[in-house]
Amino acid sequence: MSKDQSYYVPKDLKKFSQISEFEPKLAEKFFDWYGEVFKAGALSEREKSLIALAVAHAVQCPYCIDAYTEESMKKGASEAMMMEAVHISGAIRGGASMVHGVQMMNKAKKLSM
Amino acid sequence: MKSLKARNNKLSNTKSQLEVLEGELFQTELPTFQTKTAQYGQPGLKPNQLEILQINMGYMCNQVCKHCHVDAGPDRREIMSQSHLQKCLGILQNHNIPTVDLTGGAPEMNPHFRWFVEEAHEIGVKEIIVRSNLTIILANKKYYDLPDFFKKHQVNVVSSLPFYEKKRTDAQRGEGVFDKSIQALKMLNEVGYGQVGSSLQLDLVYNPVGAFLPGSQAELEAEYKRMLKADFNIDFNQLFTITNLPISRFLDYLLASDNYEDYMEKLVEAFNPAALDGLMCKNTLSVDWDGYLYDCDFNQMLALKVDAPKSQHIDNFDLNVLSQREIITNQHCYGCTAGAGSSCQGSLI
Repeated sequence: MSKDQSYYVPKDLKKFSQISEFEPKLAEKFFDWYGEVFKAGALSEREKSLIALAVAHAVQCPYCIDAYTEESMKKGASEAMMMEAVHISGAIRGGASMVHGVQMMNKAKKLSM
Repeated sequence: MKSLKARNNKLSNTKSQLEVLEGELFQTELPTFQTKTAQYGQPGLKPNQLEILQINMGYMCNQVCKHCHVDAGPDRREIMSQSHLQKCLGILQNHNIPTVDLTGGAPEMNPHFRWFVEEAHEIGVKEIIVRSNLTIILANKKYYDLPDFFKKHQVNVVSSLPFYEKKRTDAQRGEGVFDKSIQALKMLNEVGYGQVGSSLQLDLVYNPVGAFLPGSQAELEAEYKRMLKADFNIDFNQLFTITNLPISRFLDYLLASDNYEDYMEKLVEAFNPAALDGLMCKNTLSVDWDGYLYDCDFNQMLALKVDAPKSQHIDNFDLNVLSQREIITNQHCYGCTAGAGSSCQGSLI
């Protein structure tokens, strides 16, 4: 791979729909479902975008971060709202590690006299 | 900040703007607006019945907003004369045009503004819209009574408030604009604007503060109403979402921030043929401070006069000739057809 290449190419986000090239049937089902997921329901479109933004940070998908930062802004989310969403992502990731401390403690206590 | 014109910015020349819009991007990668509409059976757009005369009373403004498509500001001196305004009254009356839409700059800064509104009210124009930037009401003592003046003449007030928070609004419209806008909205509420059961209409305009498209008008309106009520006890009627068109100072911003190509791609990708029938250029004529006629305020700022050589000015206004014309389009028109569509009255769908 040359120096100016990267596994993540920003323009590839626009090619997302092209995953149907190798498997159209499943892609169609996926995109139909995807579209439905983000429509307003019990949650507003903006709430869904902010959740997606938090998840994008948790799974560390640069395409998703770009897409859902813009979607959140389109839907009227403020900078503070978006950063709070990122903190939720961080808190859950950090919390997920820390809560395993209980498992560590359980094991340590079991092994100890 | 000064206007592009005062800064001698290259884009203050409308030809330079058209060169960008007709440049390489649309010669190689993206379809031109005309090619796109032709794909949907409308190679040329034609007007419907004229319902709105939108008069740009001058480019002078007390604000210098970063996105302004007019390149308005305190340094602009173009102001419509009383004799031109008198001719506009004649056109409104002779052709029974139901709506006059006053814009600028800050239309209130035209010395003949109040006279014109009184006359328009007197001759029975059904709807008088003033696009007020709100801060003008607090800019000078002589404007403090504007809410009462608007009320007296049953003027519909349409005002930009690009966000319900200070940071983003001030980033686009200038330091301190949000606080003054809130104060002006309270003054309008106090005389009855935007109140339940009141006929005094107060509408707000949302436009994105940056290189992205507006979201759902209904969802944003609900959020604006909730936030402005909770934070400032402010009421208003409708929120109009408007897409920023890639001309003038917004085009300058897009180019300077390296967002131009991505933004144009977004507009083209979001092209919605269902928006074509409701485009404001189909029921509106725009008049500039010097009396020339355009298909819309954006074409006015690109100096694209109506394609009707015998009726390009209010001095030779001929509705029969004008109704036969073809609307002049260019790549900026993608801004009005993106997503749910965009017009001075908000989304189209």
